[in-house]
Amino acid sequence: MSKARANILQRLTAVERPVVDLSARESLSRFDWDKAERIRRFTERMQAVRAEVHQADRANWLDTVATICQQKGLNNLLLSPTTEWGQAITQNAERFPTLKYYERSIEDWKQEMFYEVDAGLTSTLGGIAETGTLILWSSPDEPRTLSLVPPIHIAILETDKLYSTFAEAVQEQGWLEQGLPTNALLISGPSRSADIAQVLAYGVHGPKELVVVLV
Amino acid sequence: MKPESIYFFGTCLIDLIYPKAGVSAVQLLQREGVKVIYPQAQTCCGQPAWNSGYRNEARKVARAQIQLFPKNIPIVIPSGSCAGMMKTHYPELFKGEPDEADALKVANRVYELTEFLVDVLKVQLQDLGQAVEVAVHTSCSARREMGVADKIEQLLGQLSNVDVKEQAYKAECCGFGGTFAVKQPEISAAMVTDKTQHIRATGAAQLVSQDCGCLMNISGAFAYQAEHEGKSAPKAQHIAEFLWERTHG
Amino acid sequence: MAKPTEFRVDVEKALGKTEIRAHFRKAMDTLMINRRNQFPDDAALQALRTQAQAIRANALSKLPELLQQLETNLIKNGVQVHWAETTDEANQIVLGIMQKHNAKSIIKGKSMVSEEMGLNHFLEERGIEALESDLGEFIIQLDGETPSHIIMPAIHKSKEQISALFHEKFPDIPYTDNVDELTASARRILRDKFYAAPVGLSGVNFAVAETGTLCLVENEGNGRMSTTIPPVHIAVTGIEKVVEKLSDIPSLLSILPRSATGQPITTYFNMISGPRKPDEKDGPTEVHLVLLDNGRSRIYSDPELLATLRCIRCGACINHCPVYVRIGGHSYGTVYPGPIGTILEPQKSGLSVHGELIQASSLCGACGEVCPVRIPIPNIINRLRYDSVRKDTENTPTQEAGTRRKSLEAATWKAWSWAASTPSVYNFGSKTATQLRGLVPNNLGAWTSVRSAPKLAEQTLHQQLKTLGVDHE
Ligand code: SF4
Repeated sequence: MSKARANILQRLTAVERPVVDLSARESLSRFDWDKAERIRRFTERMQAVRAEVHQADRANWLDTVATICQQKGLNNLLLSPTTEWGQAITQNAERFPTLKYYERSIEDWKQEMFYEVDAGLTSTLGGIAETGTLILWSSPDEPRTLSLVPPIHIAILETDKLYSTFAEAVQEQGWLEQGLPTNALLISGPSRSADIAQVLAYGVHGPKELVVVLV
Repeated sequence: MKPESIYFFGTCLIDLIYPKAGVSAVQLLQREGVKVIYPQAQTCCGQPAWNSGYRNEARKVARAQIQLFPKNIPIVIPSGSCAGMMKTHYPELFKGEPDEADALKVANRVYELTEFLVDVLKVQLQDLGQAVEVAVHTSCSARREMGVADKIEQLLGQLSNVDVKEQAYKAECCGFGGTFAVKQPEISAAMVTDKTQHIRATGAAQLVSQDCGCLMNISGAFAYQAEHEGKSAPKAQHIAEFLWERTHG
Repeated sequence: MAKPTEFRVDVEKALGKTEIRAHFRKAMDTLMINRRNQFPDDAALQALRTQAQAIRANALSKLPELLQQLETNLIKNGVQVHWAETTDEANQIVLGIMQKHNAKSIIKGKSMVSEEMGLNHFLEERGIEALESDLGEFIIQLDGETPSHIIMPAIHKSKEQISALFHEKFPDIPYTDNVDELTASARRILRDKFYAAPVGLSGVNFAVAETGTLCLVENEGNGRMSTTIPPVHIAVTGIEKVVEKLSDIPSLLSILPRSATGQPITTYFNMISGPRKPDEKDGPTEVHLVLLDNGRSRIYSDPELLATLRCIRCGACINHCPVYVRIGGHSYGTVYPGPIGTILEPQKSGLSVHGELIQASSLCGACGEVCPVRIPIPNIINRLRYDSVRKDTENTPTQEAGTRRKSLEAATWKAWSWAASTPSVYNFGSKTATQLRGLVPNNLGAWTSVRSAPKLAEQTLHQQLKTLGVDHE
């Protein structure tokens, strides 16, 4: 063990610790929003930061995604062939732009990934109504860069998994019990910055466009 | 419940430069049927030294003050900053000192004047003055330390001929800050210059405040600008003086 | 010991021309308005502040245990943990990792701790390129500057200045003052850099002890890129950033961006719990965390100063500071400007070097009023003023305590305290002063450069109330 570690810990433990009133710590803001209200708020927040939100259902979501691809003039779409959504799209490949599958380590196709992919499509673990947020957990099927590197990110969110608050999502999905993935992400809009004279600009490093399909 | 009598702590700035504000405050209180006691041995709350880091010197002066209010009656102070010193900083200043309990007894009975007029005495004012437009500057200590920012407006709201004009950046500091004005004169000057501009822009003929430190700063800048730049100088008064002038027959 | 520095700012010079000052004021106004709009219900805001304070105070009360728990969990997750007592040690650790990988460049997400370390300079001296990727940081790095704000590093620059700068540094790109185009250029340039970078660096907003997770808050995605694309990720953080539980995070995340920029949430909240796993296809294969002390454990030892460490670096105190808005961040000459810098810097480096900052406050309290974790900033400034002139220097952990005590000033306060605690002396003095008021000079130095001198009254309040027969006991 390093000397620095021992010295720092020794200094910290030598101190008489303050007593902290913890009564305020657990109080969580709760909202009793029904599903319609959660969808309404989620949509409103997302649109406020220039994300697109499309309403769809189990019967027509494929059409919705196909239309989005068409409207955006995508030449290709990157996705995982193994998710429920990926499978369905794969089976209807003729209705979509060229499908690319995230099947290799990034090192093996970094050039293509960085410069030749038009859009990435991901599933989501859930959403948060209060802030208009998507929850994504990285996985072997859907790696981190799928929602990061391509200029357009299309995300599918099941409205059953739309929670009121982040705290609620963490609790009800049992994040602690499941154990966190290498990378858990909250995404609340397209990449943006106001660093130049406080003027909002989109697509600084992450996707310039975020498209959410509610199913 | 309205107390029969109160202690009045006049503050050193009012004592030396703005005694009329102190006298007016006493008259306002007396008119409400309250007996005012002014301990003649009072000097200063100790804040200048406290804010300069000279705690021992501040305590010495504060110690002399806490002896002056033996009766369990309110202590009314026509200044948010001196009230804030006694109410919130005396407990820190005397922490662990033999007379900590005495200091706490004083701190717990402190009221800022406008707070006392509104919340305790629930005064009802009759405006006898001419129509006038007034800007209000609330001191930072009245606003943030004492939390009594709205009292001054509540009092002015009772005066039918007074029209309160709100200046831009109302809640911003005027740049006085005690020794700050001397230690950082350039920044302080920039702050007070902005403050005077914002007040002047309201067109109000008159400025009132519950703190004489801010008044000295702002009115000093007004006077300077009038003399050197030919600008208008709104009349600056402590709220007590303004209220008394407009309401006594 | 360094000679105590002085802090006197020429406001005109500090922010340059009038238009720039106006632009800067407008920027701060917008931030203040945006924040206010995020908290329409004051009671809810106060409850959230109390909660955030409790979360941070709790974490600090268990700091050594939580740091060890964090370390254990990070190691379990495959993250390598390093401890540094000083910024030099931290820099050496980063350098060591770079050398092990034979890396000649590093791409950085926004990190104030790396600024504190002077990492860029340190690496460049050793032939390693350190490139900032946060748009604001990128801009000021182009101009050879340091951040003037902890959240918006280039806030002091106007659109015109940035356009000219881009044109000067990238002559191949046609001149434009279109913000979208400028941003697109930066994206292209930095994409290539991300593509090639062997090492990425980031700061940490919160580190969760319970799960061994590093949390990052950002809008641009450069934080995600820096921690995802390069094969090695190094995170640097102060030891105070740890929180106990995962359930502490939502509340802090709720108050941080709202206080900082008035956003309900940032675009990205990035929770990193380890390097790429064998079956994963991207992410760094190595993740390091450098835990930096740099004076924090000293601050920790004082129950009053400890509150400083609750800070979540939102910058709200800076945005609301009437001094900061007039002089800008660079005038402070420190890594952290504004109220948080005013209390943190002298505690980190001792009262000699930045101790003068504690005078750069009118103690108006605007900072303490907005601080999401209720740090009593004005009280801490007051305490540091005490430390700077106190004689019992053994009773404070603050370094170089007492070094700003000047004998003339001390003697003046002593004389004042004698007079003001001796009523007969005070009354004699004040009466005499008012009687001799004609002799008070009209020129009171700095005071009278923009103000007329105050006039003493003819009669003191003491005298007038006596005459009026007001009871004195
Ligand atoms: S001191 Fe408070 S307001 Fe200032 S940056 Fe830290 S948390 Fe934010």
